[in-house]
Amino acid sequence: MMTLGYTRLELLRTLRNRRFLILSLAFPLGLYFLSAAPNRHELDLRGTGISAPLYFMVGLAAFGTMAAMLSSGARIAAERTAGWTRQLRLTPLPAGAYLRTKIVTGYAMAMLTLGLLYLGGLVLGVRLAPAQWLAMTGLILLALVPFAAFGVWLGHVITVDAIGPAVGATTAVLSFISGAWYPLGHGTLEDIAQCLPSYWLIQASRVSLAGDVWPAKGWLVVAAWSVAMIALAARAYRRDTQRV
Amino acid sequence: MDTQTKRAGVEARGLGKTFSTPSGPLAAVNGIDLAIPAGETVALLGANGAGKSTTIDMLLGLTPPDRGEVRLFGLAPAAAVAAGKVAAMLQTGELVRDVSIRELVAMAGSLYPAPRPVDEVLREVGIAELSGRRTERLSGGQAQRVRFALALVGNADLLVFDEPTVGMDVEARREFWRVVRSTAARGKTIVFATHYLEEADSYADRIVVMAGGRIIADGAATEIKARAGARTIKATLPGVALAALEALPGVTRAERRGDAVTLACGDSDRAIRALLASHADARDIEVAGVRLEEAFVALTASPAHPSLRSAA
Repeated sequence: MMTLGYTRLELLRTLRNRRFLILSLAFPLGLYFLSAAPNRHELDLRGTGISAPLYFMVGLAAFGTMAAMLSSGARIAAERTAGWTRQLRLTPLPAGAYLRTKIVTGYAMAMLTLGLLYLGGLVLGVRLAPAQWLAMTGLILLALVPFAAFGVWLGHVITVDAIGPAVGATTAVLSFISGAWYPLGHGTLEDIAQCLPSYWLIQASRVSLAGDVWPAKGWLVVAAWSVAMIALAARAYRRDTQRV
Repeated sequence: MDTQTKRAGVEARGLGKTFSTPSGPLAAVNGIDLAIPAGETVALLGANGAGKSTTIDMLLGLTPPDRGEVRLFGLAPAAAVAAGKVAAMLQTGELVRDVSIRELVAMAGSLYPAPRPVDEVLREVGIAELSGRRTERLSGGQAQRVRFALALVGNADLLVFDEPTVGMDVEARREFWRVVRSTAARGKTIVFATHYLEEADSYADRIVVMAGGRIIADGAATEIKARAGARTIKATLPGVALAALEALPGVTRAERRGDAVTLACGDSDRAIRALLASHADARDIEVAGVRLEEAFVALTASPAHPSLRSAA
């Protein structure tokens, strides 16, 4: 109850952060129109069976939401360096509530990115049944769990100077090799990408096709990365809170 | 004093912390015992490296002690912090950006069970007219006032300030202490670390002098001065042998600079009577208390540290 004010302020701060708004809202939306508008009438993008506006909508959403989740880590790193974490530790705010707020903020911003890209998708003619929108959103939020934990881990092990490039590079590389900018086609790259949670994040656009959106492999990869990243983040967090 | 009526504020027993350094282990704090009743204002006085900050970190639960134990109002530090009984202003710590002063101070207050009104606190520390300004647009002095407001707004029972006035100008310093005094008057327990002797002298009920990770004196400012040699008598008195002056009752040491002599006295009342009886030609006589600074130098230079401790 008492920590609600803290969460509210964190959300407000994040929305006022111009760098965040550009990186995880304006940038993906701009890129979406650049890549999807020219082939907005393409209903089967490179044999995927998915329309270009839908495919790129989810691809760019993956890019933006990953950036949003990892940005929580950037904030954790900055607040540790500035001594703000230490100041908060002398208030009744529980350490767990601090972390929860960072994750909630990451998710809230990811939802905002998602909502904005959905609007962009509607503009470019994406039409799905309500159940399909819902299923797609659920899968995207689920596939973001490892990134929420990854952000927390980064925030505790990377210095504040390195965190910006680390977040930017991770997001760009993962988006690229997971097919955010174009379907991967079949081959070695796809085999590698299938072991990454970001690949399945982008595969959430398969809701427009008949059958299961994620095969068993998708669920397994997302679950395994979630467990591994949460364990890693929990360890870094515990070590750090003992020392701060 | 009746200990039954005095609630325990801060208690530390056998507190010790050793850091490993490239040149071997360093005992930053080496066996500290401290009992501060609720409502008292106490200065931790010492030079840089005396162990003040490490002691404060252990009192607040930020650093786990290697030895000994801390209780705040009978609770472990973490429990006291969680219960909202503690607030602090540390030496370092920037403010987060993208929030207004008012938003930040209100948020800090909302974490405590019985916060003070935000406007009242902002007025008290002199930033009421800036309350809408974003934290990233503040000068260093303004940011420090915000940090002070963050410590005050929770209405905590124990307030801890680590070198609070470093970097403040004279006016800001005076205002800071005025607010600390009014906070103390509301029954709050206040512990502050400082290396400014006059601050300890003017604003603390009690001074704990630290050197080399130990407490070397603990008592009221007047007691600490008394322990270090009480008072001095200065007089213009040409042509008298120092040995004759040192032989006077109540005088412990005599020095001469030109015609002026300075007598350090254990008992200045007896000394001045004896001086006037034996040297009626003494002129320009001044009796002064030892300044805390001199007491501090005498105390920290003394090899017999433990003997200087008051029976607190």
